[in-house]
Amino acid sequence: MARVVILGAGVSGHTAASFLGEWLGKKHEIIVVTPNSQWNWIPSNIWVGVGKMDASEVIFGLESVYKKINVKFKQAKALSIYPEGSIDTESGFVKIEYTGQDKAGQSEDVEYDYLINATGPKLNFHMTDGLGPENGFTSSVCTYSHAQEANVKLNESIEKMKNGERQKFVVGTGHGMCTCQGAAFEYIFNIEHVLKENGVRDMADLVWISNEYELGDFGMGGMHLKRGGYITNGKVFTESIMAERGISWITGAHVSKIEEGNIFYEQLDGNEDSVDFDFSMLIPPFGGVGLKAYDKHGDEITDKIFAPNGFMKVDADYTPKAYEEYRASDWPETYQNPLYKNMFAAGIAFAPPHLISKPMSSPKGTPINPTPPRTGMPSGMIGKAIAKSIRDLIVRGENTPLHTASMANIGAACVASTGMGFFNGSAAAMTVYPVVPDFEKYPEYGRDTDLTFGEVGLAGHWIKHVLHHMFLYKAKLKTGWTLIPE
Amino acid sequence: MEEKKIINKRAYKQGYYPPIPTGMTKFFRTCKIWQFFRFIALNLKMLKVVSKSH
Repeated sequence: MARVVILGAGVSGHTAASFLGEWLGKKHEIIVVTPNSQWNWIPSNIWVGVGKMDASEVIFGLESVYKKINVKFKQAKALSIYPEGSIDTESGFVKIEYTGQDKAGQSEDVEYDYLINATGPKLNFHMTDGLGPENGFTSSVCTYSHAQEANVKLNESIEKMKNGERQKFVVGTGHGMCTCQGAAFEYIFNIEHVLKENGVRDMADLVWISNEYELGDFGMGGMHLKRGGYITNGKVFTESIMAERGISWITGAHVSKIEEGNIFYEQLDGNEDSVDFDFSMLIPPFGGVGLKAYDKHGDEITDKIFAPNGFMKVDADYTPKAYEEYRASDWPETYQNPLYKNMFAAGIAFAPPHLISKPMSSPKGTPINPTPPRTGMPSGMIGKAIAKSIRDLIVRGENTPLHTASMANIGAACVASTGMGFFNGSAAAMTVYPVVPDFEKYPEYGRDTDLTFGEVGLAGHWIKHVLHHMFLYKAKLKTGWTLIPE
Repeated sequence: MEEKKIINKRAYKQGYYPPIPTGMTKFFRTCKIWQFFRFIALNLKMLKVVSKSH
């Protein structure tokens, strides 16, 4: 009997655990280690952040769901990995510390035959002074509890506007190295929609601040879309959406410091300025969760397994190279660690070989460029590919070929939807294929311009609602869940 | 009677340059019949993206 340990239960970890449980749960041991007892469908946190959805509608308890497919659940955080085992044991193991299940604070060594690191991001609010809801002045929608707090603050601002006090909303990225612009993008439109619903839109100034070189970059180097008889850059599409809603924007900005009511930033052209705010939601930069690794003798080998940003090295080409030399083939396919073949990293936890957007910096040398997005659809597909590889390694033996899910071969969808009514909502629906541009396959724009598109309308709003219910249904492993694509 | 000042409030501002949807575009964005067909079209496109990705 083989034992597979999965660290993390976000989109990629939960997908991998679900399929491994379904395929191997009866004959082999599948263990999920995650510090949270609840699963959170993060894309819908946006609606929690504007009070359109209750937190209970975007979360559910994991343990009971895993019981359906014989997956063991340990509510704990992983501290360190011992891929070679130790002097006492040959088997690799993970040192964990419980955060729940009446064992909080207790530690345990969990041995594994195969390990999936799907720990997701550490929200690095500390990288910008004054950033974040815990020790700073800005809100966040990265977790459901953050989104709940954001909604409370948003409502306070709405009340002030109803009493005649003008308010300024600043939404975007809180550091020069952030990713996940899509979440902030969706949130600012939801704020605008809620302000209109409350009849106070004319009392509000909305500002978008982002580390993108131009609007519509989204950490993917932008995209090209067919619109009105032209192939046009996503910048035009995105600026149009902003301008239509009366939202102004600041781009190429690294937020350097936040004080109460003031955001200080530095831009790519060297300009240093500040923007005042009454309410602000800024996405933090992401990093690895800080796992350490040790060899058999207890010597630290963290730098061999993890990149400096804390993400795990996999089968990517990490050779430093110029932007013009970036290749689709630099991106990992199997997500297997090159040193320890029984370790894989999925979703945000794997170290990208380089940026997708062009690396840029200010005259002072501050890097200001979005980092690559690895959430949602790509995360799920990577999780499933790894689950298939591990299933085959266990069932067919070590020489079986691994499954692949390169981000240069998979697409992504982003639907920024506002409103909850069936007929009074709207959405900007966008898809890209592939996520990582492949200029060998698509020499002109790096992407398939038939499958890379953007459209605003009610239809996207319906799609977003369908996706919300469909993915929660799937994640709860209800009847027929395996038929729903990632 | 005080003369009403008419100013070009948009020119040379950010919002002056991007395309703004016309009334017809806005109508089609909310037209339920048209959007029903767009819903099918968008779903088919997304399914194509998903199938090419798997």
